[in-house]
This record gives sequence, C-alpha cells and structure tokens, in this order.
Amino acid sequence: MTAPVPTGAAGFLARYEGLKDHLPGARKPWLNTLRADAAVHFAARGFPTRRVEQWKYTDLAPVAQAHFAEPLTMVEGALALPVPNAAHRAVFVDGRFRPDLSALEGLPFRAVGLAQHLNDAETFLGSLAKPESEPLAALNTMLFEDGLFIDVPDGVDGGLLELVSITVDPGRPFAFHPRHLFRLGAGASLTLIETATGRGQCLHNPVFEIDVAEGATLTHGRMLQEEATVFHLSTIYATIAGGGTYDNFTVAAGPRLTRNEIHAALTGPKAACHMNGAQMAADGQHVDTTTALDHAAPDCASRQTYKTVLAGRARGVFQGKILVRREAQKTDGYQMNQALLLSEDAEIDSKPQLEIYADDVKCSHGATVGALDADSLFYLRARGIPESQAKAMLVEAFLHEAVETVSDETLRGALTRALDAWWSRQGQAA
Amino acid sequence: MPAVTETIETVQSVTESTYKWGFETDIEMEFAPKGLNEDIVRFISAKKNEPEWLLEWRLRAFSAWKAMVEPRWAAVKYPPIDYQDAHYYAAPKTKVGPKSLDEVDPELLKTYAKLGIPLREQEILAGVEGAGSVPAEGRMPVAVDAVFDSVSVATSYKERLGKEGIIFCSISEAVQEHPELVRKYLGTVVPQGDNFFAALNSAVFTDGSFVYIPKGVRCPMELSTYFRINAKSTGQFERTLIIADAGSHVSYLEGCTAPMRDENQLHAAVVELVAMDDATIKYSTVQNWYPGDAEGKGGIYNFVTKRGACRGARSKISWTQVETGSAITWKYPSCILQGEDSVGEFYSVAITNNYQQADTGTKMFHIGPRTKSTIVSKGISAGHGQNTYRGLVRIGAKAKGARNFTQCDSLLIGDLCGAHTVPYIENRCVSAKVEHEATTSRIAEDQLFYCRQRGLTQEEAVGLIVNGFCREVLKELPMEFAVEAQKLLQISLEGSVG
Repeated sequence: MTAPVPTGAAGFLARYEGLKDHLPGARKPWLNTLRADAAVHFAARGFPTRRVEQWKYTDLAPVAQAHFAEPLTMVEGALALPVPNAAHRAVFVDGRFRPDLSALEGLPFRAVGLAQHLNDAETFLGSLAKPESEPLAALNTMLFEDGLFIDVPDGVDGGLLELVSITVDPGRPFAFHPRHLFRLGAGASLTLIETATGRGQCLHNPVFEIDVAEGATLTHGRMLQEEATVFHLSTIYATIAGGGTYDNFTVAAGPRLTRNEIHAALTGPKAACHMNGAQMAADGQHVDTTTALDHAAPDCASRQTYKTVLAGRARGVFQGKILVRREAQKTDGYQMNQALLLSEDAEIDSKPQLEIYADDVKCSHGATVGALDADSLFYLRARGIPESQAKAMLVEAFLHEAVETVSDETLRGALTRALDAWWSRQGQAA
Repeated sequence: MPAVTETIETVQSVTESTYKWGFETDIEMEFAPKGLNEDIVRFISAKKNEPEWLLEWRLRAFSAWKAMVEPRWAAVKYPPIDYQDAHYYAAPKTKVGPKSLDEVDPELLKTYAKLGIPLREQEILAGVEGAGSVPAEGRMPVAVDAVFDSVSVATSYKERLGKEGIIFCSISEAVQEHPELVRKYLGTVVPQGDNFFAALNSAVFTDGSFVYIPKGVRCPMELSTYFRINAKSTGQFERTLIIADAGSHVSYLEGCTAPMRDENQLHAAVVELVAMDDATIKYSTVQNWYPGDAEGKGGIYNFVTKRGACRGARSKISWTQVETGSAITWKYPSCILQGEDSVGEFYSVAITNNYQQADTGTKMFHIGPRTKSTIVSKGISAGHGQNTYRGLVRIGAKAKGARNFTQCDSLLIGDLCGAHTVPYIENRCVSAKVEHEATTSRIAEDQLFYCRQRGLTQEEAVGLIVNGFCREVLKELPMEFAVEAQKLLQISLEGSVG
C-alpha cells in the first residue's frame, strides 16, 4: 500500500489499533483474525472515492473527512422510544443492545445481543460479508461491538419482531458499526420491522448477514428515519436457498446521506427475492439505493421496484445489477426504478444493469425519470382540486404504489406511515 | 417477404466459406517501418505533404497519447496490444491522386469489384441501367470514397457533387484543397486527447473521408466510404469529418472488410460530425470487419470513437449501425445536443457469435432546451459471444423539456454466450423526461414452433425471427444497406443453431 489513506480511514484504523484488545471477543482468535484481515482490506482501500465504479454517484468525502469518536459511555435510563409496531422488540442504543428496553420474552426462537453470544456466531459471522470488496463491510468487521443475533429453528413461524435502533446526540461526532446476524432454518418464517431513528452527528454503519434456508421466508421491512445530521450507510448480505424467500422493503427518508446497499444471492432452485423501496430526500440530502442480485440457481425469481422522490437541492441514486449465471436457467428477473423530481435543483442518477450468461431467461429492467405528469395534474385541477393538494395526491399515489407489493398488513401500515410522515414534513417546510 | 428468401439463398451460398470478403489482394505496397514514435508521425505527415500546423497537431496528440493508459473498463478481454509491432502507414505503390479511374491500379479495381463496391459511376447499383447523370426514378446512385489500408484510392461522382457545392473527397485531399475548413473543424468534436484510441488516431491517422454540405443543400445522392484493410501487420486509422452547414441534409454510409488472418489487427478510427441550424446528418454503418475464426483466432479490434455535435437549433444527427464483424468492438457513437430542439438518434444491431466480443452503445448529452434523443439497441449473442450495451443519457440543468427514450433488447442463442446491459442515466433537469427499458430473452419456443410447423428449417426460422427482432433498426438503414445487413445477420449467426 503506497497511496496515502484518507484522514477518516486513518482515524478508524488508529481506533482499531487502540481498541482491538478491548473490543467484544478480543480473546477469541477466530474473531481477532477476522478483524485483522478486515483492517488490512480497509487500510488498502480506505473510504471508496467516486472513482470506484460502485460509488460513482455517491461522494463519501463528508464521511471520510469527519473525525468520529466511538460512543464510549452507555446512555443510561429510559429513552423516548418510537411507537411500537409489534409486541416483541429488540432495542439498540448507539449500536448497543439494551435488554432493559427490549421485550423479547415469549418469542418462539432466539433473539439476543451479539456481543454476549459471539461463541454461537463463530461459523456464521463473516460467512457472507465481503470485506475484501466492500470497504464499509471491512470497517464494520474491524470495529463492530454488538448487533442483533436471530436464530429461527427449522419449521418455526417466528411471527413479528421489531428491531429499533436509536442514537442519542452526545454533542460530538461519533460512529457505530452494528453487525446483525439473521438465520432462518428450513421452512421457518419471520417478519422483521426495523426502525432507525436518532440525531446527532453520527455515522451509522450496520452490516447484515442473512441466511434464509430451504423453504424459509424472511420479510424485512426497514425504515431509515434518522435526522438530517446522520450518515446512514448500511450493507446487507443475504443468501437464499432453494424455495426460500427474502422480501426486503426499505423506506429511506431522513438522514443526510443514506446508502442502502443490498447483495442478495439466490443459491437454490425456486428461491425468490423481492427488493422494493421508496427513498425520499429534500434539501441537502442524498439517498442512494444500490442492489446486486446474483441468480446462481435455476428457476428463481426476483422482483425489484424502487421509487425516488426528490425535493429541494436533493440528490438521488439508484444502481441495480442483476447477474444471471450460466446455471441459472429459467430465471425470471424484473426491476423497475422510477424517480420523481419536484424541484429545479434536484438531481437523479440511475444505473440499472443486466449481466446475463444463461439463455433461457426472462429479464427486464425499466427506468423512468421525470416531473409530475402534467396531464394528471390538469385532470385533478379541472375537478376543482387546488394545485398544492393535487400535487400532494400525485406524490402520495406515486409512493404508495411501491408499498402495495407488501403483503404483511402491520408492515404495510408502518411503511405507509413512514412515507406519509416524510411527505407531511415537506408540506410544513414548503 | 422477399428479403427472407434472399437471406436464405445467401446462407445456402456461403455454407463453404462464411466470410467471403476474407481474400487478400496481391499488390505492391509501400510501408512505413514498424513501430510508433515521433519520427513515424513526421513520416506520415510528410508523406501526406501536410502543412506545419497539422504536423504540430499530430505531435500534440502523440505526446498526449504517450501519457495515457489503455481503457480497460469495457466488458471485453484481449491480450495486451504491442503498439510498436505494426506498420502505421501502408499504401499501394501507385501514382498519388489518380485523375480518373483509368489511372487506378487495375488490381485495386478488381478488389473493389470483388467486394461488390461500385467505383465506376455507371454501374452504381444492380438494376439501375445506364446510370450516370440521370438515375432511375427513386433510386439514387451512391458516391463512393474507397480507402485501401492507409490511403484513399478513388472517389466517385466528385464532379456531379461539386456542381452543388458539395465537397466529398479524402481527408488528405481536403487538407490540401480546403485547409481552412479542415483546420476550423478538425478535433472540435473529438479533441486529440479525448481518449486513448482517439489520441492514437489523431497522431497517426492516414486517410478517411471529408464531407462538406453547403448551406441549404440537400445532398442528391448517398455518400459512402468503403474501408478495406489488406496488408499484414498494419492497423487502419482513418479520420472522417462531416460538416452539414445550415439547412443542409446528407446521408452517409460506411462499410468495411478485411482479409482472414490469424493475427489481430487494430482499427482505431475517429468520426466527427458537425450539424448546424436545421441540418441533418444520417450516418449508417454496416461493420463487417473479419471477426476471427470459429475458435476466436484472428480478427479486427475495432476501437472507434464516433461523435456528432448538433451545434445548431433544430439540427439532427442519426447514427445507425449494424455491427456483425470484428473480434472486439469498442464503440459508442454519441451526440452532443447543444442546439435548442436538436435531435439525436442511435439505432444499433450488434451480433456476437463464436468468440466475438462487443461493448457498444451511445452517449446522449442533452445541453440545449427541448433536445430529444431516441436509442434503440438490439444485441444478439450466440456461440461464446459476449455482447454489452453501454450507454449514457445525461440531461444538463439547462435542457428544459428534454426527452429521451431508450430501448435495449438482448437475444441469447445458446447457453455459452452472454448479454449485458449497462445504462447510465443522469438527470439534472426537473422538466426532462427519461425512459429506459431493457429486456433479455431467448427465441421463444412457440415462435420457433410456429415457423417450423409452416415448413421452415430451424436455421430459416431463427433467421426470420432475428430479422424481425432487428426490424426497428434495419428499417432506419438506406434500402441497399438494409438488404445487405439482413444477409449479414444471417451469415453471422451461421453455425449457432442446433
């Protein structure tokens, strides 16, 4: 390594050197090796710059240049938690599991804090993440302290669980890197509703490793609603075995910079993956959804629908790649991304991508970018609806269309409320 | 559908040798020594008797090139190219600038006759009797500039075109006869340092065509350049410059072939188009360079920079390409839409069979208000072929009301090939509307069954379906080219079925 490492990266590496004997699992050789390897990868690459193809449209310079401290002190006592969506919830404050705030009794499976159960995670942790190709995953591996570890046994219906992540503003910039591990046994099922809220100058850099076994179904709803001072960079790695389904729906509306990166691999016949979402940004915000779908087995299906709404001086990015390997015959892949621009100063960059090596496939993608449809607006205005209200109706309709794909009613309700909350904030700001 | 009958006939006629243009002309040639350095650049410039400014222009390009690295981002794989192991100038030993066709070496005339390229003005098109000044109704003759390795050997119909004030000649001739025009426009669309291959071309380009259409003139016939690589261990670096002045209209065709050889030969061309107010340039290419043999040995590396500038209001540039040849294609004909209401179009069919690789697409830069662009790309992969569509649509903040529509379809024949789509969409303008659609599939069993049931063989059925798949693009070609292109599609897919 000859090129100088950017400040931010050097800062994180220095922190790793200083903390490595105190991080959770510091006495476990396998974990030390994992972290040390990740540190080598992170040192070699630093934060990705826009010269890296996958980061062409998202500039991490504000993250790379900031000096983050880690949250050293535990925030004690009761906190204002978001309104619950489910009876069971796991609560994390500044990336650390808080049993006192969580409600996990009576779950038909194990859901625990990772820091206390690292021994059980030895074979799973690091089996899906790729710190060698994604520097943010390397950073996470190097410095993670805690996370949610879920293990649903074969054939068990896990019902509904909520994952809440809160950050509390300590008055100085800080960073945390939770590592979440979800494993669903054969035929198991679970609906997970994730909410991220909080404020302060912070970097929230979670990495998820998700293993969906044969015939299992994981529905994963995500609401990234931190305040506009937060950098939210999340990376999900999911592997879906034959007949399994991973269903992800993400609402990104809030942080200053959101990167929602999902790598999903369909590894057995008749596996399915649905990745949908809505991302919204207003003045000064940047939202980025990047998906990479790997069809590695025959007869699999994938569906993606992403909506982007940009107001003010906002910037939106969608990058979606579908890879169909030679053995993945009879693949059915579909991807749609649509962006709505509400202001003169907004910018959208979109890069859907197909890479196909099997011939008996049906793959398509579509992308549209534009302002509100003048004809639709006219139609509503002609019926006496004031312009602002007509616009609101059309934006709502545009966003709600994405949520229609969600079949779980509780989740759909939560997602819809998240969308509406963002839109009503825009109304107040205007 | 007569084209289909014709296609089938063609396929039957070529069963023995697929690439019928693969012969070599035995002719006395003059070469520059192998290698690439400043002396070679000076040698070429001196050969062409070029003015000092052009030599300096070339040398600036050469020094830019030396500082650049070969692009490796395209989805193509090939061994490193030794740029020192080629002749950068190869020309038939003949009198410079023959006054009439009678002075052209008969070997060359024979070569073009064999390729089916009409250099003699009276036999322009099969079926047009006694052509010349009065062409048959609805069938315009085609003026041809024939480029053989490094030099232009003949240009037909120059007099007839001259009457309209149209300049159609080789670029070497244009440098001598119209230096002010060449100097004004050369490198203004594709600058010398634009990219690695464009810089190489700028340093060592040897010939190519030059077209100037004066204000308000509609070019009375199709203009065409036919490129032929013949000599061994050479590359072809031609430069084409087309200027359509206000209110003019021109349709330009480009064809190319090369002998069958085991070595890979480099073809790095630059094409620049300039369209002023209300002008239209239609640029069609049927690219039929030698694609290499069934094992992927030999073939042309086609690394080409083509770009058009719609400088004037309501100007239009339309690219149509049928890419059937070359071992590797790296080519992105682009439009810079500066003038308000200007229009850019890109219609493409790219076929990769055997071990061919193609990474091709377009860039549409919307700068002026109400600019419009249409992209239709059809990729067909067979054998071990790899076919990538790579495109950019960029809408600037001032391109109010800009509009783009993109359609990319890929067809896979066999399970060893690949089809890839990499579109980039960048929009900074709220009132712009961009739509992109892409599909990938194989030939549907029910379509094949339907054709087979009606007595077509498997190969005929595939040919019919592929031609249908490409129809949207082929219909953009001038008629003679469309027929040729249909035949080529069929030949390119030879051996990929069953």
